[in-house]
Amino acid sequence: MTATSQDPGRALAVGAGPTPGGRKAPRRRRRHPLTLDYVSFFVMFLGLPLGLFLVFVIWPFAQAAYYSLTNWTGFSADFDVIGVSNYLRLFNDELFRTAVWNSARLALVVPLVTISIALIFASLITVGGSAKGNIRGLAGSDFYRVVSFFPYAIPAIVIALMWRLIFDPNIGLINGVLTAFGLGQFESYPWLGRVATAMPVTMFVIIWGMVGFYMLLFIAAIKGVPAETFEAARLDGAGRWRTIRSIILPLIRNNVQTAWIYLGIIALDGFVYVQALNPTGGPANSTLVMSQYLFRTAFTDGRFGLASAMGVVLALVTLLFAAIVFSVNRALGGRDEKGSSG
Amino acid sequence: MSAHTESAPRSQVRMYSRGREGADRRVMGIAHVVLAIWAIIVIFPMLWTLMSSFKDNTEIISSPFALPGSVNFDNYVTAWTQHNIGLYFINTVIVVGGALFLVMLLGAMCSYILARYEFPGRMGIYYLMLAGLTFPIFLAIVPLFFVMENLGIRNTLPGLIIVYVAFALPFTVFFLYAFFRSLPVEMSEAAQVDGAGHWRTFFQVMLPMAVPGMASVAIFNFLGLWNQFLLPVALNTRRENWVLSQGIASFVSQAGYRTDFGSMFAAVVITVIPVLVIYVIFQRRLQGSVAQGTMK
Repeated sequence: MTATSQDPGRALAVGAGPTPGGRKAPRRRRRHPLTLDYVSFFVMFLGLPLGLFLVFVIWPFAQAAYYSLTNWTGFSADFDVIGVSNYLRLFNDELFRTAVWNSARLALVVPLVTISIALIFASLITVGGSAKGNIRGLAGSDFYRVVSFFPYAIPAIVIALMWRLIFDPNIGLINGVLTAFGLGQFESYPWLGRVATAMPVTMFVIIWGMVGFYMLLFIAAIKGVPAETFEAARLDGAGRWRTIRSIILPLIRNNVQTAWIYLGIIALDGFVYVQALNPTGGPANSTLVMSQYLFRTAFTDGRFGLASAMGVVLALVTLLFAAIVFSVNRALGGRDEKGSSG
Repeated sequence: MSAHTESAPRSQVRMYSRGREGADRRVMGIAHVVLAIWAIIVIFPMLWTLMSSFKDNTEIISSPFALPGSVNFDNYVTAWTQHNIGLYFINTVIVVGGALFLVMLLGAMCSYILARYEFPGRMGIYYLMLAGLTFPIFLAIVPLFFVMENLGIRNTLPGLIIVYVAFALPFTVFFLYAFFRSLPVEMSEAAQVDGAGHWRTFFQVMLPMAVPGMASVAIFNFLGLWNQFLLPVALNTRRENWVLSQGIASFVSQAGYRTDFGSMFAAVVITVIPVLVIYVIFQRRLQGSVAQGTMK
């Protein structure tokens, strides 16, 4: 490697503008001589991880966008570029529209319910304690916190399989409990085999696995609020609900936004859960989601071009989802709040 | 751990009349009831799974509640040997262990250079990593299949390790970047003045200082990699290379047709136990790191 304009030694000064070293920079910078130590350091420390990332993450993403414009089957070497016909085909594919709708339902319900439950629990645990004196947490809340987090440590596939067994019509726990309470009609009710219940059960399983983690996240955020803020509110006569509404919610809104986006991404994927609960897409395809349809199109039907187009649509829907969350938060005044942890 | 129990003046207590005290108790009571119900919803299914793993098939089918006739580990033996859960367990340990070590090393190196050196495209690389964090893996999975095929590393454990590393890298870099940024500049400068090269500065001065921050990221990476499902299912299809999540998934596809429920429950328990043990050991640190993570 020769000392051209590419050399990292000069690069160190670039942050200061087009004239290296011309302006006093806030951070101390030194020119590093181009020794073997320095060059090998840069190659190994930046080149290796970045190369791995580019080859196995970025390059496949870029290729997917290209393949989505072809009729590639994956097994023959030759294929034609067919422009946007894959996308037109998806647009007219009723099953794909069903899958998009199911994914959208998951992305709508799962974050909303998970965040609501997690927020309520986090508030109960942090400020639910005695209303006398300082605001305090609920006594014995350690137990709830540790237990609620358990599901997050269980692999998603295991969670899904476990609940599939629990909702099993014949050996399942749910029907056992319901029958024991005298509800005979549930003796062998196929929860995952009916349109009315398959999707709600799927949502419940995802929510069950997620609540604990986001509860913990919100607890951490609430504890980040200075104690004086709570004391001031308390002195002004704010009760618990008032504290939650006027202090906690505005101050942790950015954490809520982050949670919303993470959960949306998880729900829009949802593959593990639907695949384990209903591998075939559920009754009348009521739990078929985009990712599952994509997987089937690619690895069962061997239509990789079409599957890539689905992947692009999925990525666009995910971006759209994030954009909506951001703009809703901003529309509600998220930017103006002082003291929010950004 | 209660939220704000600092010893502050107790004078404001007087503001509350006797009437409010009753209401106060009610609220606390309701809070306990609500949280206890959730705790039951969390624990009960897990206990049921554990209990069922000791029953044989006839016991499972005859009653979901009855306690197992005798505590025996037949199901575990069947799952471990006949259903190859033992093999998958070892594969998982190899893949997750190898990937975890590599991603922490490469992630630390990469985030260190991004955080502590200035060069053109630095922020570009950082944002590229962020993009890799948000894009759905599903978009990449099909081409990735062929990238690995062409490199001849599909269906091999090292190949799977490399892919795990690549996909865990953005998360690792994202968190360690902030951490290296916060370490004092003086330390590395002092080391360099003393004649340590860039390599030695990193491995002997900066890396040891970063260990506390890396531990929590490592725990999250462990959970994420142990739970990984889509990557192995799509890229690692040869049975003797399967990882645990694939073994579990194969039970799913058999389910309904002469299912061996007993060993299915046992396989679930085998998969959950290591993660749960890790969680219980590290749960304090994990909660601390969640706190750090949300402040970004």
